[in-house]
Amino acid sequence: MNAAFPEIPIGESVEAAIDYLTLHFAFVTRAISHFLDTGIDALVDGMLFLPPWALILILAGLAWWLGNRRVAIGTVLGFLLIWNMDLWHPTVSTIALVLISTLIAVLIGLPIGILAAIFSPVNRITMPVLDFMQTMPAFVYLIPAIPFFGLGPVSAIFSTVIFAMPPAIRLTALGIQQVPKELVEAADAFGANRMQKLVKLQIPLATPTIMAGINQTIMLALSMVVIAAMIGAKGLGGEVWRAIQRLEPGKGFEAGLGVVIVAMVLDRITQKLGARRKAAE
Amino acid sequence: MPTKIKVENVYKIFGRDPKKGIKFIEEGLSKKEIMEKHKLAVGVSNASFELQQGELLVIMGLSGSGKSTLLRCVNRLIEPTAGKVYVDGEDVLDYSSEELRKMRMKKFGMVFQRFGLLPHRTVQGNTEFGLEIQGMTPAERTKKAREALELVGLKGWEDSYPEQLSGGMQQRVGLARALAVDPDILLMDEAFSALDPLIRGEMQEELLALQSRVHKTILFITHDLDEALKLGDRIIIMKDGAIVQEGTPEEILTQPATRYVEKFVEEVDRSKVLTAATVMHKASAVTYPKDGPRAALHKMREVGISSIMVVDADRKLLGMVHAEEAKKLIDEEDRDLDKILVKDVPRVHPDTNLNELFNFEHFPVAVVDEDGMLKGLVVRGALLAALSEERRHSA
Repeated sequence: MNAAFPEIPIGESVEAAIDYLTLHFAFVTRAISHFLDTGIDALVDGMLFLPPWALILILAGLAWWLGNRRVAIGTVLGFLLIWNMDLWHPTVSTIALVLISTLIAVLIGLPIGILAAIFSPVNRITMPVLDFMQTMPAFVYLIPAIPFFGLGPVSAIFSTVIFAMPPAIRLTALGIQQVPKELVEAADAFGANRMQKLVKLQIPLATPTIMAGINQTIMLALSMVVIAAMIGAKGLGGEVWRAIQRLEPGKGFEAGLGVVIVAMVLDRITQKLGARRKAAE
Repeated sequence: MPTKIKVENVYKIFGRDPKKGIKFIEEGLSKKEIMEKHKLAVGVSNASFELQQGELLVIMGLSGSGKSTLLRCVNRLIEPTAGKVYVDGEDVLDYSSEELRKMRMKKFGMVFQRFGLLPHRTVQGNTEFGLEIQGMTPAERTKKAREALELVGLKGWEDSYPEQLSGGMQQRVGLARALAVDPDILLMDEAFSALDPLIRGEMQEELLALQSRVHKTILFITHDLDEALKLGDRIIIMKDGAIVQEGTPEEILTQPATRYVEKFVEEVDRSKVLTAATVMHKASAVTYPKDGPRAALHKMREVGISSIMVVDADRKLLGMVHAEEAKKLIDEEDRDLDKILVKDVPRVHPDTNLNELFNFEHFPVAVVDEDGMLKGLVVRGALLAALSEERRHSA
């Protein structure tokens, strides 16, 4: 770089900021880390406590209830194959990570999406941030996670939440903004306050769109949980990672197939969720 | 009758620095010039009107005339740029947003052109909407909504969803939703414009029937002069945001204030080919001098009229008696109808042009042939309805 134009210290600033945060807020991140670790363990232990066939039946039942018979049959066959490939344990921990990450992403994303839809300043700030979050390469989120939460599943969840949250926010905001103007005007004409409008009109009408957002969040969470194997998340991603390091293409393919099966099952079930809500209306 | 709504010199101008637009209007620039030169859209320009309790006022104008904007200025769904709006004597523009919400909740019911029903709720749920906003208990809500649905003839449809209903029925739900909160004032924004002509006519009839029972104060917006003539106690005609004429249906038809109104009326005015004979009703009840006041009164009650024509044995018109007079006569135990007979009943020949009928102040007008025989009666409502009908058939 030319001496007349000294390099702008972007990288240094980010590092300084992260160092500062790690130094002064480590007790917060550690507490979160401990809390989440316990939660993940409890969920994984709970799911592993049941014999695989019982859990498969439960998942199939869920698929039938939320989806249809075809989804249920697919679920049974897919998970039997996973069991057969001896990938049961990593699959369960991957599903647990996806569920927890999605839950956190939705709990944070939905309120932000609602605020963005109602207050245009929030919208103006949120949307560029979301663009940034979605275009930044996913691996980059892994780096700051380690000093905050240490190697392991909690770091994986942290980076997964950041990566998977944008569609939940975007589609919630979109769904609410798309509620027909005349209906909002009707609610105003009858003297509805902001909360009543939201609860009685905007959220019910936005539900199919919000569900589509949650579906996307789940899919993104799954893809990130696999990548997060690099920072110590176990599960199917961990199996792939190990296969890479040991140059075992067969094992790698099996683990990859496991990811595909989980993705398809989660997608079909949650897609049907949105459609079902729509039909009930 | 107390004044319910009073609108004074209201302006609504859209764009940056809207107050400037008022100056341009006062300088005499037209709406088009203000748009082209100053990029300001004139919605409403210096509109003033009053609405008495129990009155049905129609604001009529083409699209872009500012009628819907003016309606929304009344409950401040649109904020006027300048002017005053009083509801029950209180300045609405002074209200805080909370006071405004309370007023909309308690005093207004609104009906929308595209119905504005909630697709995820049943007919019952939609009708309860306003009551829910008021915080009414579920039991009360159910009861009031059912009453309102019965009033608009939707009993038995409570559990249907809006998309399962025809347009006319959906608008009945919209009307029920507005009536359920028992508002003083109904704001109806092109309420029947999205319906097909047959259903529209039916809904107009029903609104009039309903109004004769509930006596709401109604502000009704339409782009259809026929509808305005049929429904309005008074009519306001708007053009380019300004009010160009205000008057009763007769005044609008017979004394159009501007060339613009005249053009409208011309379209309606098929009256030149219509005669008294075509719009008259057959006198459904007449009485004879030999009948006493009791018989006359009985006949009036039977068909629900307040005056009756008196004819001789050859159906020659002798005059008319009023119900109150007949009653007095009975109280005085007198039997002689002659004493209360009104002889100078307004009368016309069957071939009389309809235009001339508008010159009469008192209705009914008797239709009598060359020989003085009573052929029928023309009532005010039938006169206006006939004009509307005629236009529809020829359109």
